[in-house]
Amino acid sequence: MHHRYDVLVVGAGGAGLMAALYAAKGNVSVACISKLYPTRSHTGAAQGGIGAALGNVQEDHWEWHMFDTVKGGDYLTDQDAAEVFAKDIIDAVYELEHMGLPFSRTPEGKIAQRKFGGHTRDFGKAAVERSCYAKDRTGHMILQTLYQQNVKAGTTFFNEFHVTDLIIEGGRCRGLVAYHLATGEIHTFHAKAVILAAGGYGRIFKITSNALTLTGDLMSIYYRKGLPLEDMEFYQFHPTGLAKLGILVTEGIRGEGGILRNDSGERFMERYAPTIKDLAPRDIVSRSIIKEIREGRGVGRDKDAVNIDLTHLPRDVIEGKLAEITDLARTYLGMDPVKDLVPIQPTAHYAMGGIPTDLNGLCLSDGSGGSIEGLYAAGEQACVSLHGANRLGTNSLGDLVVFGRRAGIYAAQYARQVEFPDMPEGAERETMDMFDRLRNGSGKDNAAAIRKELQESMMNNVGIFRNGPDMERQVGIIQELKARYHNVTVSDPSRRYNSELIEAMELGFMLDCAEAMTASALNRTESRGAHDREDYAERDDSNWLKHTMAYKDLNKDGNVVIGYKPVALKGFTRAFEPKPRVY
Amino acid sequence: MTQTATNTGVVAPLGVPMLQLKVKVLRFDPEKDKKAHWTTYDVEAQPGDRVLDVINHIKWYLEPSLTFRRSCMHGICGSDAMLINGRNRLACKTLVRDVAKNGGTIQVEPIRGLKVEKDLLVDMEPFFDSYKAIMPYFINESPAPAAERIQSEEQAERMAHSSNCILCACCTTSCPIFWVNGSYLGPAAIVQAHRFIFDSRDEATHQRLGIMNQNTGVWRCRTAYNCTEACPRDIPITQLIEEVKRAVMYGQA
Repeated sequence: MHHRYDVLVVGAGGAGLMAALYAAKGNVSVACISKLYPTRSHTGAAQGGIGAALGNVQEDHWEWHMFDTVKGGDYLTDQDAAEVFAKDIIDAVYELEHMGLPFSRTPEGKIAQRKFGGHTRDFGKAAVERSCYAKDRTGHMILQTLYQQNVKAGTTFFNEFHVTDLIIEGGRCRGLVAYHLATGEIHTFHAKAVILAAGGYGRIFKITSNALTLTGDLMSIYYRKGLPLEDMEFYQFHPTGLAKLGILVTEGIRGEGGILRNDSGERFMERYAPTIKDLAPRDIVSRSIIKEIREGRGVGRDKDAVNIDLTHLPRDVIEGKLAEITDLARTYLGMDPVKDLVPIQPTAHYAMGGIPTDLNGLCLSDGSGGSIEGLYAAGEQACVSLHGANRLGTNSLGDLVVFGRRAGIYAAQYARQVEFPDMPEGAERETMDMFDRLRNGSGKDNAAAIRKELQESMMNNVGIFRNGPDMERQVGIIQELKARYHNVTVSDPSRRYNSELIEAMELGFMLDCAEAMTASALNRTESRGAHDREDYAERDDSNWLKHTMAYKDLNKDGNVVIGYKPVALKGFTRAFEPKPRVY
Repeated sequence: MTQTATNTGVVAPLGVPMLQLKVKVLRFDPEKDKKAHWTTYDVEAQPGDRVLDVINHIKWYLEPSLTFRRSCMHGICGSDAMLINGRNRLACKTLVRDVAKNGGTIQVEPIRGLKVEKDLLVDMEPFFDSYKAIMPYFINESPAPAAERIQSEEQAERMAHSSNCILCACCTTSCPIFWVNGSYLGPAAIVQAHRFIFDSRDEATHQRLGIMNQNTGVWRCRTAYNCTEACPRDIPITQLIEEVKRAVMYGQA
């Protein structure tokens, strides 16, 4: 089957739905392709809030938000992106409210706001209430609201279509190829512009807050074409995942006054971040937790967790503003946050890196201004470098709406100005070849077993703390797993809903993401934000205040070529000099 | 066909034995089966494992062709609604210890009332068609203010239950009226209507009450309470349906 749309959006989470809405407003034909059913995207799992300097509860300014974002990103954040973001997000939050999003409210009836990690007033003086929230299901409400608006706008959805390839020729994107899960048919989609918004790849780690579907598909497809992935070494571990399960426990839990405690009940964050304690940014809190555990002060059977303590908070706060996580703790741990301390441990959560883009979402093909005509990206998939080396809590939902909107606007604008590019003959060939390899593999190796080894080894060797020897070992492990992957055989021959085939394909994408990440991390010999190296403990601005661009060596499988891109050290009107990052 | 379930699950306190279980799955592959048939798998699981962990284990290590939907693994995406021991539940929110004892059987089937496409996976289109029929989007054509529309905490709380819905279809596919009469919009669509009817900012109340007053709407409900019992997010669905009935009756929210 062949389809033709002016603008195609890949992914139906927050960024994709916002992009689709805005592309549609640009008077072009739009379709949204998702490997899931609508409203199943992982934006729905975001809990705590969306940060914007509305000033509804306390004085706040976009400059303070911009500063927090830049400092939180350990100065690797592009400051032009941070300035655009901190200004745009204020309007974007009002826009969500005008779309009907049921925000929690202040006593005056305004959008309620609460504290979150790394959000401060007066450029770092004290915590500020900036996170706008809808109880602790803010992402759920954003996803539902944006889907509702797309139903209203009549957006065309291709549900359970798994994108398998992008068609890029002569520096221009011409469309894509997708596998229709229901029929097993391969469809080609011809387009003037394509927007990639398919989310992250947290499933390469054993303990993760990410859905099973977050396997880095489009990042890998981009990378397989010899195009760069930016800042892959920066991967965020959320400090508070439910112990063993990794299920997200919102930072709102600390924003509302929750306290982290070690085995002796000590509030240990007082030692690591004396100014804002439990509300320090995620990289700092995650490392502090791991230090406590390593020094023998962990809790639980394996002493590999710490506790979050809510017991001093009123029941109505716990069961009202934090209802979602209360339910999670009760369901999965059999614990009641009203009276029990809840064991948590850091969980792989968010990719700061991804497909490099400019401020309008246009995909970049190198570190010196080259781009792919007609190809855009937004959301966790993309790296406009708003988050730098460490993303602040609530800035992912903000990123989705601000840069999803921009990608939609600019893709539509581009599509209005150009004719359809030629679609090459046999666009689906690569996909057919990939499926043939998977169906006719020579070995009996099991995709699930390889995936498990990948997840465990990535957790151990490229996790919160890193060092050269472990990562070198991981490079070898990934090469070995890739060799075994070549021999995987899909045993189910059926055409309809062949989920075994899909999962095997996803594993191939995950291996690529892990490869780019490990090579980028091994290459960066400093510690910055979420990238913490035991063998290079200091931040090194003279050598490393630059973005990594990781390219797959198309001539030598398993080889990664590293390039760089300068950091935008100034915004349009504001600039913040790199300083030591203390809280 | 016994295999050891991988360590997928929750904190298993020392000394808690693994459970030996049979998992009985209603299987159907339209490419080779005329009708559905039961297949039983032997597995080991921790009491704190999710039923979804067990089903994933079967797929990954025992029966790769087994097909079902799943995504988030913690009850927020709504993909993995299925019948577990005869009740509609999310497989990722149901713990093994709550549905089986050592040596017991967990029985898994697709949700009812929607066409089975393969194994546990059903056609969701009719469900989403009902959803779309109630105008599931905010309508307020008055010029928006520069900042937010003001809404009191109490008014916001009116939507707390209905906006909690994740569209998993557990409620609608547990409803006997829906089984008998597929044109009934069903509990999930009514919950969605409630979410907008009782939104103080929305201006399309009368249109939505009109839809609820049609013969596919709210009067089909016979108050069987199945929906409320099936909801994995504890939404008091029957109560919300009653509130919509009352709003239709008096012509206002």
